[in-house]
Amino acid sequence: MTDRISISVTVNGATHTADVEPRLLLADFIRENLDLTGTHVGCEHGICGACTILMNGDSVRSCLTLAVQADGAEIETVENLGDAENLGPLQQAFREHHALQCGFCTPGMLMTATDMLRKYPLETDEDIRDGLSGNICRCTGYQHIVDAVRAARDERDAK
Amino acid sequence: MNPPDDIDLTRPQFVGTKVARREDPRLLSGAGNYVADIKRHGMVHMAFRRSDHAHAAIRGIDAEKALALPGVMAVYTGEDIAAMANPYRATSRMKNYQATFIPPLAVGKVRYVGEAVVAIVAESRYVAEDALALVEIDYEPLAVLVDPEESLKPDALKLHDDLDSNILAEREFARGEVDEAFENAAATAGGKFHFTRTTPVTIEARAAVAEYDKGARSLTLHCTTQIPGIVRDKLSEIFDLPGPRIRVLAPDVGGGFGGKTSLYSEEIVACAVSRALGKPVKWVSDRMEDLMTTGHAFDEVVYADIAVAEDGAILGLKADVIGDVGAYSIYPWTATIEPVQVVSFMPGPYRIENYAARVRSVATNKTLTGAYRGVGRPISVFVMDRLLDMAARRIDMDPAEIRRRNLVNDDEFPYKAASGLVWDKSAFQACLREAADGIGYDDLRREQEAARAEGRWVGIGVASYAELTGVGSRIAVAPGMPINTGTETCNVAIDSTGAVTASFGLASQGQGMETTLAQVVAQELGVKVEDVDVILGDTSAVSHGTGTYASRGAVFGGGAGTLAAKAVREKIVRVAGHLLEAAEEDIETGDGNVWVKGTDRTMTVRDLARALYSDMGRVPKDMRDEIDNLEATKVYDPFFGTTTAATHMCLVEIDPETYKVEIGKYIVVEDCGRVINPMIADGQAHGGVAQGIGVALMEEVIHDDSGQVLTASLVDYVVPSAVEVPSMDVVHVEAELPGTVGGFRGLGEGGTIGAPACIANAISDALSPLGIEIMEIPATPERIFRLVESARDA
Repeated sequence: MTDRISISVTVNGATHTADVEPRLLLADFIRENLDLTGTHVGCEHGICGACTILMNGDSVRSCLTLAVQADGAEIETVENLGDAENLGPLQQAFREHHALQCGFCTPGMLMTATDMLRKYPLETDEDIRDGLSGNICRCTGYQHIVDAVRAARDERDAK
Repeated sequence: MNPPDDIDLTRPQFVGTKVARREDPRLLSGAGNYVADIKRHGMVHMAFRRSDHAHAAIRGIDAEKALALPGVMAVYTGEDIAAMANPYRATSRMKNYQATFIPPLAVGKVRYVGEAVVAIVAESRYVAEDALALVEIDYEPLAVLVDPEESLKPDALKLHDDLDSNILAEREFARGEVDEAFENAAATAGGKFHFTRTTPVTIEARAAVAEYDKGARSLTLHCTTQIPGIVRDKLSEIFDLPGPRIRVLAPDVGGGFGGKTSLYSEEIVACAVSRALGKPVKWVSDRMEDLMTTGHAFDEVVYADIAVAEDGAILGLKADVIGDVGAYSIYPWTATIEPVQVVSFMPGPYRIENYAARVRSVATNKTLTGAYRGVGRPISVFVMDRLLDMAARRIDMDPAEIRRRNLVNDDEFPYKAASGLVWDKSAFQACLREAADGIGYDDLRREQEAARAEGRWVGIGVASYAELTGVGSRIAVAPGMPINTGTETCNVAIDSTGAVTASFGLASQGQGMETTLAQVVAQELGVKVEDVDVILGDTSAVSHGTGTYASRGAVFGGGAGTLAAKAVREKIVRVAGHLLEAAEEDIETGDGNVWVKGTDRTMTVRDLARALYSDMGRVPKDMRDEIDNLEATKVYDPFFGTTTAATHMCLVEIDPETYKVEIGKYIVVEDCGRVINPMIADGQAHGGVAQGIGVALMEEVIHDDSGQVLTASLVDYVVPSAVEVPSMDVVHVEAELPGTVGGFRGLGEGGTIGAPACIANAISDALSPLGIEIMEIPATPERIFRLVESARDA
């Protein structure tokens, strides 16, 4: 067996240290070691985007990242946006606009949208669609997701 | 407490309103409970070594090195599992049908790439996958059948030695005088249509966690299924266990679209292994496995012709359908479900008196095909509506006009279609009319003319269809199957704490049924929506149920929920009559309250429950004996089911340099009866159309000549992203309500049924100056490029 490597990762504000196999995927570390099962694995090859998290403020595929690469990093997952009894504004917008059906792609969509909303003006629907185009949703046809992100943008810009 | 005095205020109409989904808070915060999220004490992990041959004899399996790997607990072959699980196959009473046995792990032979051969159990998924590579399998390659038109020949190599041929099913339909119709036609059109193979691609791949309790001799299976009841019933036979000791649960499931409506080998193996080891066993599919093993869709070649009169009236229709159903006949639906539906629904919503059709389901060395959103009907509509456009061109008639002339009129219902299906009254003509108005059809035609003058490839597509939804016991979803798809059960119970629970045999994969069924039950019972808990996807909830498929959730769930709630309400009224000292006809319920109309005498449903169950003496023994409890179980059978109809229209433009199809406008006008939640209904149409766009333009499972899958990743199998799906308009026509309880029609599949035909028609329309007809989809840029090149050469 390969030697384990010690890592220290801050996830949603809490710092975790662990000895992990070098091959352990960050997605599996988050889901299995930390029990944060909100981050979903949809394809394990970086296409679907369900596993998207924020690492040091950038959206990242946690299925294409090794846990050891996250050593010293600040990670945000969907659990950081708000809980079921106290949804955050983007989650709220998704609910109001029916931007989710089965919910499996949703955590990745939310994290990608969070990144987009923090960094970009998102002036047009085309900008929003471009930004979301790395995340696959099979249920909604995207229209309601675009509506939700547009509403969250308006709320952001009103502040 | 304020006595309610205004019925309109106190009995709110929940059905038809945009109630926010109760599923959302947990799903939005990462607190959902999907199968892959399940952890159990002592749980072990399973992975499968799969066949890399499309057809081969297994000469030997050497698993010694795999077993020696630290952390590996057990290795199972096909023979091992066969000794632990009774054999099964998808039987049917249909004539000319041959069932195949489906070994959970291959025995003796492998018949498609991806077929499971060896199961390995280890302490972690990582170790199990390490061990897969250490298993040595000695294969003797056999000739491979990838072309169904070769496979159906009498001298073809047989895929299953115990069968007569590779034709697993054959059926013919005929009405009227077809040959005569073609002789008398003003114009005919037709040719060979090809609707390629696709795959559902739920974002959650399939998964299972099996837990056998040796002490209780009971089995619990959490799996990503749409049909927990069907799985439970079959597991009972496979493992000789009584139903009550098997509990199948589908918790939060990440999309289904039909791909999760079959019993899968991995579920059976997980149960067998858990029973053998006495440990919880977890298996989670990776995407490659999912693309190769989840029931594939469609894959038909259709030779079809239409004959029309000078005025556009359809005189006759002929179709010969060859369906490539893969290596085995899928359980429970059989190899008939997809190809037979193609011919059953081909006449569509049109008046066609003369029809002749033949269908053959042919086995090949490919993944099994099963149910996928629309099942057969996307092809029926593709062929029928392409034929209509081709015929319209011959007689120089507008596509919308030829449909107006042939759609069944309002005064002709019920209409018996040429294949024998009966359409109850549905807004066929109104959908066409409103779609044309909504998209501005006449203006678009003028804009198209201007664009054409500039040399641009702009096209307008129209497609109309009808489907049977909520199909009751009169017609099986697949012909002759030994399972009952014609009923569903609902139990509504108010317990001693006053809480309302509605339990169903249905399961949800994202359709929001926890919300919509709560709306229906709350309205009927007279309580608040949030006061109704909805139980789905758990076989312990009701004694019989099958699940969610075939656009049946709203019709069956809404119907059974309405009936059960009504029966409980009657009991409430009886008890209230006694407690409030009033005649039963003067009792009203609403908003969780019960009161005597026009008075201030009122109580809550919760207090009434307490009075009946807990406060001894408040309800006399006679009445308690008669009422038993505030609970009722009702089974709903819609018998024929009901018709859902729609017209889709779209505007496309083809880029002359990249040959990419851009969808500029899209409208869906559908009659799905009484809409329970308009927000959710819109979402179903959006998602269905998005999948139809994938089918029309992008998605295709490709096998090479040796049966290898060339599209085993999402890089190669491309599904639509946010930039390929346009913003669309969805209009719900609530015309005359159908006779189903509650007036609901099904609406889950429609988007996918109409979109491929609509888009193919639009592309053909755009390229009509070149004389191009789209006969094969997906219409990828490469296919369009080739069509244009050969048209220019000619």
